[in-house]
Amino acid sequence: MSTVPISFANAVEAWHLPSRGKVAMAGLILAESAIFTIFVVAYLFYLGKSLTGPTPREVLEPPIFYTICLLSSSLTIHFAAKSLQRDHRRLFLGLWLLTIALGGSFLYGTVQEWRRLIYDHGLTISTNLFGTTYYSLVGLHAFHVTAGLAMLLTVAVLGLYGRVGVSRSGHIEVLSMYWHFVDAVWVVVFTVVYVLGR
Amino acid sequence: MSMLKMKYSTLRRLTQTALLLSWSAMPGWASELNGSSPHGTNIFAPASTPARSIADLSVFVLVIAGIIFIVVFSLLVYCVAKFRGRATDAGREPAQVYGSTQIEVAWTIIPILIVVVLFLATARVIHAIQDVPEPAGAVQVIVIGHQYWWEFRYPKLGIVTANELHIPVSDPNHPTPTFLQLLSADTDHSFWVPELAGKTDLIPNHPNRMWIDPQRTGVFVGQCAQYCGTQHAKMLLRVSVDGQAEFAAWVRTQQKTALEEAGAVAGKRVFESNACMNCHTVAGTSANGRFGPDLTHLMSRTTIAAGVAENTRANLRLWIQDPSLTKPGSLMPAMKLSDADLDAVVSYMETLR
Amino acid sequence: MSANAITVSGAQIEAKPWVDELHQWLTTIDHKRLGILYILSSLMFLVFGGVEALIIRIQLMHSHSHFVSPEVFNRMFTMHGTTMIFFVAMPILFGFANYLVPLMIGARDMAFPRLNAFSFWLSFLGGLLLYFSFVGGSGLYGAGNAPDVGWWSYAPLGARAFSPGHSSDYWTLALLVSGFGSIGTAINIIATIISLRCPGMKLSRMPLLVWLNFVMAGMVLLAITPLSAAQIMLLIDRYLGGHFFDTQAGGSAVLWMHFFWIFGHPEVYVLIIPCFAFMSEIIPVFSRKPIFGYPVMVAATVCIAFVSMSVWAHHMFTIGMNSYANSFFTLTTMAVGVPTGIKIFNWIGTMWGGRILFKTPMLFSIGFLFQFLIAGLTGIMMACAPFDWQLSLSYFVVAHFHYVIVGGILFALFAAFYYWYPKMTGRMLSENLGKWHFWLFLIGFHLTFDVMHIPGLLGMPRRIYTYEPGRGWDSLNLVISIGAFIQAAAIIVFVANLILSYFKGAMAGSDPWDAWTLEWSTSSPPPAYNFVTVPTVASRRPLWDQKHPDDPDSRYE
Repeated sequence: MSTVPISFANAVEAWHLPSRGKVAMAGLILAESAIFTIFVVAYLFYLGKSLTGPTPREVLEPPIFYTICLLSSSLTIHFAAKSLQRDHRRLFLGLWLLTIALGGSFLYGTVQEWRRLIYDHGLTISTNLFGTTYYSLVGLHAFHVTAGLAMLLTVAVLGLYGRVGVSRSGHIEVLSMYWHFVDAVWVVVFTVVYVLGR
Repeated sequence: MSMLKMKYSTLRRLTQTALLLSWSAMPGWASELNGSSPHGTNIFAPASTPARSIADLSVFVLVIAGIIFIVVFSLLVYCVAKFRGRATDAGREPAQVYGSTQIEVAWTIIPILIVVVLFLATARVIHAIQDVPEPAGAVQVIVIGHQYWWEFRYPKLGIVTANELHIPVSDPNHPTPTFLQLLSADTDHSFWVPELAGKTDLIPNHPNRMWIDPQRTGVFVGQCAQYCGTQHAKMLLRVSVDGQAEFAAWVRTQQKTALEEAGAVAGKRVFESNACMNCHTVAGTSANGRFGPDLTHLMSRTTIAAGVAENTRANLRLWIQDPSLTKPGSLMPAMKLSDADLDAVVSYMETLR
Repeated sequence: MSANAITVSGAQIEAKPWVDELHQWLTTIDHKRLGILYILSSLMFLVFGGVEALIIRIQLMHSHSHFVSPEVFNRMFTMHGTTMIFFVAMPILFGFANYLVPLMIGARDMAFPRLNAFSFWLSFLGGLLLYFSFVGGSGLYGAGNAPDVGWWSYAPLGARAFSPGHSSDYWTLALLVSGFGSIGTAINIIATIISLRCPGMKLSRMPLLVWLNFVMAGMVLLAITPLSAAQIMLLIDRYLGGHFFDTQAGGSAVLWMHFFWIFGHPEVYVLIIPCFAFMSEIIPVFSRKPIFGYPVMVAATVCIAFVSMSVWAHHMFTIGMNSYANSFFTLTTMAVGVPTGIKIFNWIGTMWGGRILFKTPMLFSIGFLFQFLIAGLTGIMMACAPFDWQLSLSYFVVAHFHYVIVGGILFALFAAFYYWYPKMTGRMLSENLGKWHFWLFLIGFHLTFDVMHIPGLLGMPRRIYTYEPGRGWDSLNLVISIGAFIQAAAIIVFVANLILSYFKGAMAGSDPWDAWTLEWSTSSPPPAYNFVTVPTVASRRPLWDQKHPDDPDSRYE
């Protein structure tokens, strides 16, 4: 005899617990928030402390257009997830691809900005404290956008081959939580770097 | 209230004496003290106000911790003894008690009160030590930590020396404290002479400040307390607390430039042609390097290489020949001098009194 | 005999070829096997870290000893600390959590079994990477250089300028990699506890071990990540020319300290809280009473988790913070002692009025209580900033934290081993060898770590490869070193017990201790699926309710 089952006649009727995917993603978001917080603290601490080299005010131009792109992609992914819940696969796929396009354009904007900073202003990660903290913080965020885009692309491919249906809406919701997080981080980074820091 | 205070301060003094006696006995039984036996490194043998404030507070904290220990430990021992399971009650479970709100409240409130008392006593000492303004007559020393030696500069007196700090004794009625500014040329260090003060770190790009007012003359020893690399263990400190007259005499000697002695000309030439002057300063000559210790009055020091060896001809010769034989990891390179050059330069060093 | 039980009788079960067995272990995603893998790998690193400790102690037996060079000594203490914290303590606690949490909540596995396996192998790889430094640290020169920057790698010592070559990078990368493994496991634990509890197991009915691992996992998410961030910054400094901690470029060495200790202090609570969990399961069973004050124990732990995030700069009292900062951290550090003390009182309250059985798990638990009390008190002493200006960076601190880690954490772990080994293997550990292990280790521990406080009070700093003979530290260090060898002997007895009992130990049955949580309702070892049917529970001690149907806990909760 291997196990003695434990059960009680007056067992609980409805036993619903939160979805493990959402809990796990919430945990990941918590952990990542801590990492970003440390980079933001370093950025704020070193404001005005560079001994030489370009200052934020001299070289930074707020990327308004690309920010709008990224933040709108949160809207599109939200509606994409909603469409999938209602089994509107075509709409889901369309909105999903739009999200990828918007996210991709944000990355393009980052690349353009970095090109300008490096070639026109001579600001690199090793130039001074501003360079180090700027490229690290914005770069860390861009890395997370890239990772997110990779996951979104995977889902897009699976979706184009008809593998993403209503049954997957839980997974899509979890992924969109991550994407919303990436956008929320950008709001903070934008404020710290382009508003407070200049 | 004053009765309590009196009893408490007597208790404190008694405990302090007991600790002092037991701890200060320790350096005696294990060591061989040479000639001018320096004081020990016992945090309960304070010779300066900061160290004394710390020692007094520490005794208070120790007593409270001791009382807590005795109470809880007794409860534990009693429990273990009284509630031992005996063979006779096998099979019967004791009363299943789940908790008690009153007890929980009691043993929450009492620790909170203890924390409040400890914190207030502590905060007072923190401010008393850290927020002291620098008085007009204080001796000022800038301490610069290096891998693996100490640079001491007295800006108002125009003195630069290394590893052995001389300061005047401070009469409590007429205090002449020494205020130290702590800087670092490379990585983190920590200035710790236990009988004079608690330790304060030397961190590059982060100047720190500490003060001592030693009330006894003598030599106080200590060493670097923040791991700084290979020879962290051998970054020793000697603080010579001199009477006012001796200190003034020491200052006058240190302020002089190096003497020119006939017998040392050959050695001086070796010194000046072998890159020694790139790292070392000898005041009054063309040697003005800042990377290594100032050698102008090398012979006035008891030890070399931050306390690693006695300042003797043989040790000095070995050091210059190859520092890594005495202190592997030291940043001074072996100068690869011939025997003749080595002897000459050591003779020159011996003139730097 | 329930109708739901599955019996296999009379069938011939062929022994698997060892390669297949090995393959199963290497590819397992079963939380129980992964738990055992964590525990075994930790024991291996325990031996490495222990050898490093013995080398340190041999070198320090006498002043001016030449047993090892200063370079080797500095590598030894760096590797000893790094190994013990990251590759012994954390993984072994994750291992026990992995094994026990699903069983205790009536689940079949962790929420994400594949993530679980991935996290384990990341951790293990990190450990191997760290030790590869002995061989590969200098790159092509092959001479090997383990990191020698201390386990904190303070700036600027960890910078390229002061740590050339790759030894420091092994430290950084090994911890970064295993740090991601830890985050994965923490996420898994949280998701498992929230989403996979069996019907009836409300949060207020979870065993304390589950609660405390839940809190620990939450802390891991917030504590490990600052270290990961700081290490990424260090790598940027070392490889991309960054200036995060470059004091020559205006960077701050103190910033590294803040980041490191924002990790470092909660980390030690991450280590101790699962040990509180063990105590909260073991002490009640061996006192034959429920835990005293369950809700207070939960509240105190949550309180500790929050307050411990505000105390970190008590590791930095000597760096020259102003008096207000020093006072603040004194206050918070003393404050965190309150909920911690409450827990000790509750354990004693559990034993009070009970019927205490002095089996080996309980011996180690009582040792824990005694030693953790002392460790907490020396902690309060160092919370007092001026006292800490003398005690910090000396052997007093080393004595304090070893008192917590060896006298507290390791004793609790030993108790956990003796308590749950029967469940994991089906065999009892030898009580006789257990008692030898306990008493030998107790004597060795106290000889070393009680005495170790004294050189600290007498001015002996830490991390020194040798010391001057005139300072009165010689005989003390000799005694300390002797104690280390006695502890080593005790560990040998322990390992012998683990191995011998595996083959010769008495059969345990499913519930050898007459305990009350769900893991004791399964066979020993449990089947891969844990439970034939998912249990439903109505109280904190489901097996007590089952054994005492006339007086179930559900009536009193």
